[in-house]
Amino acid sequence: MPLNSAPYTGWGRVLSANAGRARPEKVAALRRHLAETPGPALGALRSYGDAALSGRRAAVDMTRLDRMLAFDPQTGVLEAEAGVRLSDILAHMAPRGWMPAVLPGTGHVTLGGAIAADVHGKNHHQIGSFGQHVESLRLLGPDGTPREVSGDTEPELFRATLGGMGLTGVIESAAIRLAPCPSGTVEVSERRIAGLDAYLDAFAASTAPFQVGWIDATASGEALGRGVLEEAEFSPPGAPYVPARKHRAIPMDAPGFLLSGAVVRAFNTRYFRRIPAAGRSRRRPLAGFLFPLDSLSGWNRLYGKRGFHQFQCVLPTDTARDTLRAMLSEIAASGLAAPLAVLKRMGPGRAGPLSFPMQGYTLAVDFPARPAAAALIARLVERTADAGGRVYLAKDSLARPEHVARMYPELDSFRASVRAADPDGVFETDLARRLALRGNSA
Amino acid sequence: MTETWIIVGASSAMARALARATAPRSATLLLCGRDTEDLQRDAADLRLRGAQAVEVLAYDTRDPGTEAALVARAAALEGPFNVAVFAGAMPPQTEVEADPSLLAGVVQDNFTATGTLLLRLAPLMEARGAGTVVGVASVAGDRGRLGNHVYGAAKAGFATLLSGLRNRLGRSGVHVVTVKPGFVDTAMTWGLDGMFLVAAPEAVAKDILAAVRRRRNVVYTPWFWAGIMAIIRSVPEPIFKKLQI
Ligand SMILES: Cc1cc2nc3c(=O)[nH]c(=O)nc-3n(C[C@H](O)[C@H](O)[C@H](O)COP(=O)(O)OP(=O)(O)OC[C@H]3O[C@@H](n4cnc5c(N)ncnc54)[C@H](O)[C@@H]3O)c2cc1C
Ligand SMILES: NC(=O)c1ccc[n+]([C@@H]2O[C@H](COP(=O)([O-])OP(=O)(O)OC[C@H]3O[C@@H](n4cnc5c(N)ncnc54)[C@H](OP(=O)(O)O)[C@@H]3O)[C@@H](O)[C@H]2O)c1
Repeated sequence: MPLNSAPYTGWGRVLSANAGRARPEKVAALRRHLAETPGPALGALRSYGDAALSGRRAAVDMTRLDRMLAFDPQTGVLEAEAGVRLSDILAHMAPRGWMPAVLPGTGHVTLGGAIAADVHGKNHHQIGSFGQHVESLRLLGPDGTPREVSGDTEPELFRATLGGMGLTGVIESAAIRLAPCPSGTVEVSERRIAGLDAYLDAFAASTAPFQVGWIDATASGEALGRGVLEEAEFSPPGAPYVPARKHRAIPMDAPGFLLSGAVVRAFNTRYFRRIPAAGRSRRRPLAGFLFPLDSLSGWNRLYGKRGFHQFQCVLPTDTARDTLRAMLSEIAASGLAAPLAVLKRMGPGRAGPLSFPMQGYTLAVDFPARPAAAALIARLVERTADAGGRVYLAKDSLARPEHVARMYPELDSFRASVRAADPDGVFETDLARRLALRGNSA
Repeated sequence: MTETWIIVGASSAMARALARATAPRSATLLLCGRDTEDLQRDAADLRLRGAQAVEVLAYDTRDPGTEAALVARAAALEGPFNVAVFAGAMPPQTEVEADPSLLAGVVQDNFTATGTLLLRLAPLMEARGAGTVVGVASVAGDRGRLGNHVYGAAKAGFATLLSGLRNRLGRSGVHVVTVKPGFVDTAMTWGLDGMFLVAAPEAVAKDILAAVRRRRNVVYTPWFWAGIMAIIRSVPEPIFKKLQI
């Protein structure tokens, strides 16, 4: 199968790989290709760092294997090829009253990428992670032969694949349990939150099924941790589903000054004040609420040609308050943060040994790629490890092997499953090499 | 009444996109191609996307038996139907230069086999007095270029046949659309050097359906290829023969 030798990057556009990509459009072509040229799978390249980069072996782009194969309206189980985008599943299943139980902040991610990163959504505190809704997988091993993997047949391999960042093999297709989708719209309430303590209290008190907080990562002093909390629940049944709005594209890389400290501070203040002091409530289309940036395609180009990093950590409830305070102070003082920063509550739900979620709070902040930002993120990673938290591998490009060993206590069992499934390391990605996810001998 | 489409070369990404665009309108779809097992997956997908009925039929440009079965199936269709031909193949020009006997196969895949099929389907469509034929040719057929004139010649033959068919079938209410794509992001072009302005298959499918709706005769897709090809066609042969394009 021909390879595309053009270099490619993750969403952050800082790191790149150029060992080539195959892009099969038929299942037989995928299996044949893997048997001849095994390598890791890629989805929509919506992970930020090097999770979906393969600098040594040609990778397999799965986005053209995107067919929905079977749906059982009795059980809500959908079987689909791994390259299908979650927004596509939502668009076709919502009118029938169903939706993926877990949806991340963009609908462009593929089913395979959602499983491999065990992604979380705005409802994580109630419904858990994506992998917890996976019934079974068809997994291709190093020789391209498929095997059915589920919690009954091969529980260890199954668990290791959920959140396993593609290291156990190529997910060809998966059966997932959908959740009911009672309405095509949601009732969203937004309110200003004055500072960090109020934020954490508001999250703890909220009973809304969907919660997400924008946070002003430039605010300091009294206003440290201020932001806008969005809570949402489904509208009463009946409202039709409307797909996300037509795409507008960012035509070029933006100039660097757009993200200078002063511009971001001014933008954030206006963004905060956009919400009336008394808060506001409105009805919004489900897709527009879930995927706020998806109508602006290629928005990562706003960060300029040098690209950007996203730091995302989760902190256990008991250390979250102090650690978040320290992190936000350091970030505000640095003047390096971009407007995109999110604070969310997380429940305990996670599917595999390398899954990110833990009960507590997750903070995600974008930083335009500059040497000072890399140094700052390295310190934030350190703080995360000290606080008993984790960084999200789907976003990371700066952590080191010793961090992962401290953050992911089940790493050894994960390594054992991966080495059994892929003894020669043909599915090893740049992320896995950087963080020694397979162990030292890979 | 909903539309019926016979899609020839249904595994092409452009064909898939076209089928997906018609499925929500409750279309009836006959997917024709070589890998019928894989096409069954498309069939399942299209049913979930709203298609009323989807069938899979074997079709191989090199196997006349599959053509006979396809024509028989079409004859059994009740109302008018549309046909969209995507089947085609583009082996590297250098391969054909090394082994000129390959030319016959290129012509068969891109022109004579699908052309024969259309000539056999024509009376069925004439008898129904409605329907549309979509034939996918290529900008490569507009001029014999250094890099792919064997494929281009086959596409030119196909385009000329379509032009004549348009004249013939138009007399019975059947419309023929000739589609000339520029570079499209499909299996055919994946990894090739020198690609530029590459279009998404979904955009091409959208253009094709718009052309069908508006009963256009010849469409370039994306639209700007009409301008690019007008320029390329206008270069005098003494100059053109020295160009590297
Ligand atoms: C705007 C934006 C918002 C986001 N919001 C969230 C959020 O709210 N919550 C959240 O959890 N994440 C979020 N993410 C991150 C994103 O959900 C994950 O990075 C996801 O893994 C991306 O999926 P992808 O299809 O793009 O896969 P890629 O980025 O291409 O790949 C990611 C990983 O999956 C593996 N993989 C992909 N396909 C397969 C397959 N078929 N078989 C085996 N392995 C495979 C790859 O090897 C790689 O390790 C967001 C990302 C963006 C850009
Ligand atoms: N991509 C471009 O830039 C471009 C530009 C202009 C025109 N075109 C034309 O657009 C059409 C679709 O091509 P594509 O780009 O989507 O590439 P593609 O995926 O290679 O599609 C070619 C189609 O033709 C089928 N085919 C090939 N050999 C066949 C045979 N012997 N018998 C039956 N079917 C056969 C293929 O089926 P299999 O899956 O079984 O191989 C496939 O369905 C082709 O006619 C192509 O020439 C493409």
